[in-house]
Amino acid sequence: MKKFLATLLALVMVLSLVACGGGGDDTKTPDSSTPSTGDTSTPSTGDTTTPDANPAADVKVGVILIGDENEGYSYAHIAGIRGAQQNLGLSDDQIIWYYTIPEDETAYDKCVDLADQGCDVIFTNSYGHQSFAQQAAAEYPDVTFVAMTGDTALASGLPNFKNAFTEIYEARYVSGVVAGMKVKELVEAGSLKDSNFDANGNVKLGYVGAFPFAEVVSGYTAFYLGAKSVYDKVVMDVRFTNSWFDVTGESEAAKALMAGGCVIIGQHADSTGSPTAVQAAYEAGDTVFCVGYNIDMLAAAPDAALTSPTNDWSVYYTYAIETIINGGEIMTNWAEGYDQGAVAITALGPQAAPGTAEAVAAAEAALSDGSLHVFETSKFTVGGQEVTSFLARDTDGDWVNDTDEAVFDGYLHESYFQAAPCFSLEIDGITKLN
Amino acid sequence: MSTLERKKDPFIRISKRSEGMSAGKAWGIRVIGLILALIVSAIVIFVIVRMNPMDVYASMWKGAFGTTKRSWITVRDTMTLLCIACALAPAFAMRFWNIGAEGQVLVGGIVTAACMIYFPEMPTALLFLVMIVSSLAAGAIWGLIPGFFKAKWGTNETLFTLMMNYIAIQLTAFFVSLWENRPNSRKVGIINQNSKEGWLPNMFSEGYNNDFGWNVLIVLVIATVVFFYLRETKQGYEISVVGDSENTARYAGIRVSRVYVRTMAISGAICGFAGFLAVSGSSHTISTSTSGGQGFTAIIIAWLSRMNTYIMLVFTLLIVFLDKGATQIASEFNLNEYCSEIITGIILFFVLGAEFFVDYRVKFRGSK
Repeated sequence: MKKFLATLLALVMVLSLVACGGGGDDTKTPDSSTPSTGDTSTPSTGDTTTPDANPAADVKVGVILIGDENEGYSYAHIAGIRGAQQNLGLSDDQIIWYYTIPEDETAYDKCVDLADQGCDVIFTNSYGHQSFAQQAAAEYPDVTFVAMTGDTALASGLPNFKNAFTEIYEARYVSGVVAGMKVKELVEAGSLKDSNFDANGNVKLGYVGAFPFAEVVSGYTAFYLGAKSVYDKVVMDVRFTNSWFDVTGESEAAKALMAGGCVIIGQHADSTGSPTAVQAAYEAGDTVFCVGYNIDMLAAAPDAALTSPTNDWSVYYTYAIETIINGGEIMTNWAEGYDQGAVAITALGPQAAPGTAEAVAAAEAALSDGSLHVFETSKFTVGGQEVTSFLARDTDGDWVNDTDEAVFDGYLHESYFQAAPCFSLEIDGITKLN
Repeated sequence: MSTLERKKDPFIRISKRSEGMSAGKAWGIRVIGLILALIVSAIVIFVIVRMNPMDVYASMWKGAFGTTKRSWITVRDTMTLLCIACALAPAFAMRFWNIGAEGQVLVGGIVTAACMIYFPEMPTALLFLVMIVSSLAAGAIWGLIPGFFKAKWGTNETLFTLMMNYIAIQLTAFFVSLWENRPNSRKVGIINQNSKEGWLPNMFSEGYNNDFGWNVLIVLVIATVVFFYLRETKQGYEISVVGDSENTARYAGIRVSRVYVRTMAISGAICGFAGFLAVSGSSHTISTSTSGGQGFTAIIIAWLSRMNTYIMLVFTLLIVFLDKGATQIASEFNLNEYCSEIITGIILFFVLGAEFFVDYRVKFRGSK
């Protein structure tokens, strides 16, 4: 027993050595130490030395992400928040991050935990986090919760629960213009095969969609209309993967679309599965190209990628956090597009048709100044008829829209009554394959 | 005679402690194991990430008990896990390897969610009665099936209960898509978000989600009942006899097949009740992650505690504490979550190692 105690004592001494060593020569320690250590650089609410002149120093932001920096969608949000941090001069310890939070009760626990840690505003970035964020919002009325890409804030009636979405369909329309320019070039050069045309002589486009939700439908319809605005004789096939991120599924969907004769494959799914498959087909000698999403796809498809529609979330995050700092209230539904610089397309690929840059610039300018609207009712038909009425919002929770007429002034107002896209019409020329 | 032929004793001899160990000494070994675990983790933390281990431990503590809210959440999760471990105790005491807790919890959760979704207009007291009874029944059926097959045809209960888990997971996925909150989203979201029908209320105040006093009270009652059921009742005695030797039990006139079926029904029913606690008492939603591997974690806890439900409380708390602490380190120090998993792994290794020394005597050559 004595021997044992001696060993124990020795081990305790080793421990204390390690502990002291850690404190002594690790220069990073002060940065990562907990606020309770009394470090003067950390803002604490009771600290009288904190100057009131800079309220930004007091704000605390909580972030709940479905993924981490390895996944394109969450990466874009991380970049957006980092951008806002830079714009507003926030320090690292003013932002608390929770990565890879699933869309289940864990999201609620994290929301509550962040509120409990004194966060003034808490963002969740995935649709499935929404009902958990709403629950936390009901329990913490002094904290603002924002469910990004969500759609129940207005209906919930909670003053501290918000939704935000970019008008990404505008960027998808512009990426459609890029695709249309390419189709036009290919047709004029005579480089398409018979299988690339349908029975009526329309060129076939393809689209890999995640879920058959309005936000996906809105996106691919915008893409299709963008292409059609340049080259009228196009049709489009859509395949769904039923997952936001599925490398294999997206690759298979793209292969199936190419096998069906589709020339350009767009996507609303988060992986590089589709561009990689298109690049492989391109290298095998097929005339196929792709339009990505979120990130520049030139790394995955150096020849086949034309461009990608992308979000600049920093526009929203800067607005939201700044509003909180100034003691204001964030808009319940925020949706901005080209006019605020919240959406864009990435650099054009080397294979983009000549004149594309000019066409893109013209479309972007027209979308910015409001002279062009993506869903102009004269530009598409449903069952051969022009659309005269479409309700934009659901108020009773049955997922069937029942209020807010969106068709007026000659176009369907997307993301007008609420941030999340509402366009769910199946227009002529687009075929859902599954 | 044989010792004369051998030139040397083996360097290490390991023998089971036949006489057992005094409780104080056993706990001493466990505490030493924990201290060693903390020391080794400290070295690992320092070597790999160059941080002060004390900061990391303080952060873990903060993650689990930093605020009242966090403490309650830690307690809430401890109670759900403890409930599952208590459920496993009778089956394991019978040496019936019920690794189907995961599935039994899920079916309990499914019927609880079903009650919340289909009967929101029912008077609250009646609704709770229906939820509790149906979750107990669902879990009991899920446990009874492998018990019955084992009793009747001697099927392997390990494989059987394991496969029942997969059926339960698929069933959950089916009901999730049936009840999904938004078409095609495959998420149920929070059930009865506005009316809060079928939510287990606070014990010490109005409302929900502020304290989880009822969870604590109910699970402690279950733990006590299971403790006395195994120690003091005739059925508990039968379970331990069957566990020691089926033939002895048969010779003593115990109807072994009946004990199997009955015990598994009890084990499954308590698991089903844990499903009720998970859905009505904490998450208010249902998904395949409602059980979230707790059915397997509970196996370790039940074994470490040798089916003593009070000791289970200690180990459950330790495991939940490690889990909460790990998340906190990952968030606070921007560490990859694998780093915190390493720490959890080291601590579990030493805790399990301590059990070895409680059970076995290790003799080195030359020592007495």
